[in-house]
Order: sequence, then structure tokens, then C-alpha cells
Amino acid sequence: MIWLDTLAQGILLGGLYALFAAGLSLVFGIMRLVNLAHGDLIVLGAYVILVMVSVTGLNPFLAATLALPVMFGFGMLLQTHLFNRVLGEDILPPLLVTFGLSVVLQNVLLETFSADSQKLSMGPVEAVGVPVGPVTLGLVPLATLGSAVAVIAALNLLFYRTKLGRAFRATSDDATTVQLMGIYPARIFSVATGIALMVATLAALYLGARANFDPTIGPARLLYAFEAVIIGGLGSLWGTLAGGLVIGVAQATGAAIRPEWQILAGHAAFVAVLLFRPRGLFPRAND
Amino acid sequence: MSAPLLSVRGLTAFYGDFQALFGVDLDLARGGCVAIIGANGAGKTTLMRTICGIARADQGEILLDGAPIHGLPAPEVLRRGVAMVPEGRKLFPSLSVEENLQIGAHERRGNGAWTLEAIYDLFPVLKERRRNPGTALSGGQQQMVAIGRALMSNPEVLLCDEISLGLAPVVIRDIYAAVPRIREAGTAIVVVEQDIGQALKIADHVHCMMEGRVTLSGRPSELSREAIHDAYFGVTHDLA
Ligand SMILES: Nc1ncnc2c1ncn2[C@@H]1O[C@H](COP(=O)(O)OP(=O)(O)OP(=O)(O)O)[C@@H](O)[C@H]1O
Ligand SMILES: [Mg+2]
Repeated sequence: MIWLDTLAQGILLGGLYALFAAGLSLVFGIMRLVNLAHGDLIVLGAYVILVMVSVTGLNPFLAATLALPVMFGFGMLLQTHLFNRVLGEDILPPLLVTFGLSVVLQNVLLETFSADSQKLSMGPVEAVGVPVGPVTLGLVPLATLGSAVAVIAALNLLFYRTKLGRAFRATSDDATTVQLMGIYPARIFSVATGIALMVATLAALYLGARANFDPTIGPARLLYAFEAVIIGGLGSLWGTLAGGLVIGVAQATGAAIRPEWQILAGHAAFVAVLLFRPRGLFPRAND
Repeated sequence: MSAPLLSVRGLTAFYGDFQALFGVDLDLARGGCVAIIGANGAGKTTLMRTICGIARADQGEILLDGAPIHGLPAPEVLRRGVAMVPEGRKLFPSLSVEENLQIGAHERRGNGAWTLEAIYDLFPVLKERRRNPGTALSGGQQQMVAIGRALMSNPEVLLCDEISLGLAPVVIRDIYAAVPRIREAGTAIVVVEQDIGQALKIADHVHCMMEGRVTLSGRPSELSREAIHDAYFGVTHDLA
């Protein structure tokens, strides 16, 4: 009974981690860019929502819909003017640039919003519980998981059913040959990062609803996201969802045994999966 | 003679310090077919890549319908009407056969003859295999996909780099059977070919390249086997 509850809580938490990871997975899949600032960009998204809330007085859910286009635009700019300049054969420059961006973002957020922790208050829905069989689950965590599944499904539709998705996959395969199809890889990359930051904003909404955040928590979110992507198999979106769930369930299980084991158990699961499946659960054939 | 559709003048190109092209000239008439032959390393691929904008010209000009296209990025050259079948086919492994064809129409120019149906009519075997990954096909079928993919943009000029490479003679014949039909649809063609016989058969004009220069050119009927052989292998009679 208590184990069932732990499992359910872990799966819901995994939904949040899958949301953290989806944008990272998308960007890595298309341009082989490991964005070390991804966690800080999620935190930035949370502050953008916070600003929208305080300016408009809207509920965070509605404020997030205003933040989405802002973050899309920011992602496009970031890719166009920063990342595209350093992408190439050598993988070190993009790593260094995204690492630098991580540091810059943290400091800008600290200067702008101080180190005080913040929360996105959802109002009465936070207290709503939904009985699911023998356990009762929070409405907001359920929405988190539902959003994660919806985001992954939508990204898959985009990838495999649209003209833009076809261009994403082709550019990922061969960024030189797509130019012979009239496609500019740099533009494809910019749109991809714009989309990734929209997903990060959605992740930020649920992050801010679940717990306090402050400018320094980005790198830890990056770590969870990174582990989820690797567990799932690089470039596989459904794999990323599975990876998020694995970490969520491991953390919940660890915490149920001893509260201070929560984080450790997540990392241990990551190492364990890699020991048995070095390329993750759902590796892409042609990587 | 009317003004050529594609005109290359004094083209030079480098890889770092290595000069790969030395003042190459080339004319292609509207609806015409030019073949470029030459041994390995002659600079044929470099010439194709420079025309389509993947590689940069150092000097010289490339005119399409009189307008300069050198210095334009490859996607813009495609938009102006020059499509390329790259050496080694370069299909997208993540895309099915049909998607490989469709992505060729990403920047489709007008309502030309080349639709998915027209490509399947040209290469019927592709229709049967359209759901397969592009790279799960035989070499000849993959080459058909690469040609179809380039045609899907409805180009005015089709550049084909060694479309017979590594294929059996019967397959090469099937693929070259498409060339007259492509020309009938109004597309002019440049073929890079190591198979001299094939080149002489289909082209109105043949250029032979050696070490980055055009060493011989003329109509197939004007060129003797000997002259081609000499131009190809760099034999000079003075020394012989
Ligand atoms: N990326 C490159 N970097 C440096 N040199 C290159 C590069 N590509 C080609 N070359 C050199 O440029 C010259 C011309 O090469 P190119 O590929 O154009 O020849 P080719 O006629 O197409 O030969 P093949 O019949 O083998 O395809 C060769 O000497 C080759 O070694
Ligand atoms: Mg070549």
C-alpha cells in the first residue's frame, strides 16, 4: 500500500524530470549540442512566469502562456547569435559557451531577483487530490505527468508527421546535404532551440508550482535532465520520458527508505542502467 | 547560338593552400546535357560543389540565366533553380524513401513537371519501396532516390555527380534511361561520369578535366577516342 503510493509519487515526479529533459533531448537530437545552461534556462523560464504573474495578476497557468512566446523568441536569439557561431566539428566550444551562459544566467537572475526563494502559487488547485484506485494523487502533479506525456507525444508528431520535423531529422542526419534541399541548418537549429525553451518554460511552470526555486538551482535540474536523456537513449523522445520516470521512481523509493537517500537513489539508478545498457534503454539505430 | 542557361567562367577554387580548380569554363544550353569526365582527383566534384554553392569559388563567375550565383549560399542557389545529386548519393538515413523525395520539394519552385507521382512514374520500383528507410535500398535504387529528390525542386539545372559509381551495367543503363526524359521535361543536365562511353552517348558536349583544368572539350562526334584517352590520362604526344 505504502509502496504503491511511493511508486505513484515517483512516476509523477518522473513526469517533471521528463519535462526538464525533453528540451535537452530535442536539442541534442537535432544538433548534437549539449546545452549546459538548460537547467538555468528552466529557472529563467520560472522567473519569466513570475514576472508575468506579478505584472498581469494572472494565475501562473495563464501567465505561462504569455511566457511561452517570450521564451521561444529568446531561444531563437540565443541559437542565432550565440550557439550557431560555435557549432562545428569540435564539440568543446559549444560546451564552453553553454557553460559560460549558465554562469551568466545565474548571476543575472541573482542581480535581478536576489537569492530569495520564490514559488509559483497555483491557488486552491494545489490542495486538490484525485483518488486513483487505492491512492490519492495531487492534481498538479498529475497535470505535470499529463503535460510531460502530451509534450513528448506532440514532439513526436512534429518530428514524424510535419514538414518541419522532416527538416529536423534530415538536418540531424546531414547538415551539409540539407542545404542542397534549400534548407538553412542554422535556421532549423534556431527554431529547435526556440521550441526547446518553450518546453523548458512548461517544465518551469511545474517546477515553480511544486517547490521553491532560486537562481542557483539550475545545475541540479540539468543533472536530472541529463540523466533522463542518457537513460532513455540519446535522441529518443519516448526514451527521455522513460528516463525521467526511472529517476523519479528511484528517487521516491530512496526517499521512502531514508529521506536523505532521495537524490542518491536517482544517481544510483542512472549508474545502474548504464552498467547494463551503456547506450540507454532506447538507443537510436544510427548514432 | 543563344545565351547559355548556365555559364561558368574562369573558376578557381582552393582547399586551404591546395588549388583544386584552375580557371574552369563551362557552358550549358537550356535543356542541354553536358558531361564532365576525368580521372580521380581531377576536380569534377569540386566543380559541382562550387556551382551549387556548397564550396566557395576563389575567382571567376557562375552565371545562371545571366545572373551571378557564385557567392550565394547553397539553399539560395537551389532556389534559383540549380539542384544537385551529390557524389555518394547522400540519402537521409532517418527518412523513408518517400520522405527523402518529399524533402527535395522543401523549396519547390513553381508548378513544374516533377511531382511524387512523376518520380514514381520515372522509377516505378521506388513506389513499391516508398515506406522503407532510404538507406535500406540497393545502390541503384538509392541513386534513383537521389535523382528523384533533386528533381522534386523542379530545377532548371540538374548536377549529377557520378551517378553510375559502384553500380552494375544493367542498373547504370536503367538510370541513364531517365536522362532523356528529364531533358524532355525541360531540365538541363550536367553529368560527371567516369564511364566515358556513357558520357559520349548521352551528352551534347563533353569536357575532360585533369588536375583542375579542362584539357579537352567538344561534341561527342568531334572527339576521337585517342584524344579523350590522352586528355584523360595526361599523355602528351610530344613526349611519346
Ligand atoms: N575536402 C578536401 N580537402 C582537401 N583537398 C581536397 C578535398 N576534397 C578534394 N580535395 C582534393 O581536390 C582535388 C580534386 O578533388 P575532387 O573530389 O574534386 O576530384 P574528382 O574529380 O571528383 O575525383 P573522383 O573521381 O575521385 O570523385 C583532389 O586532388 C583532392 O585530393
Ligand atoms: Mg568526385
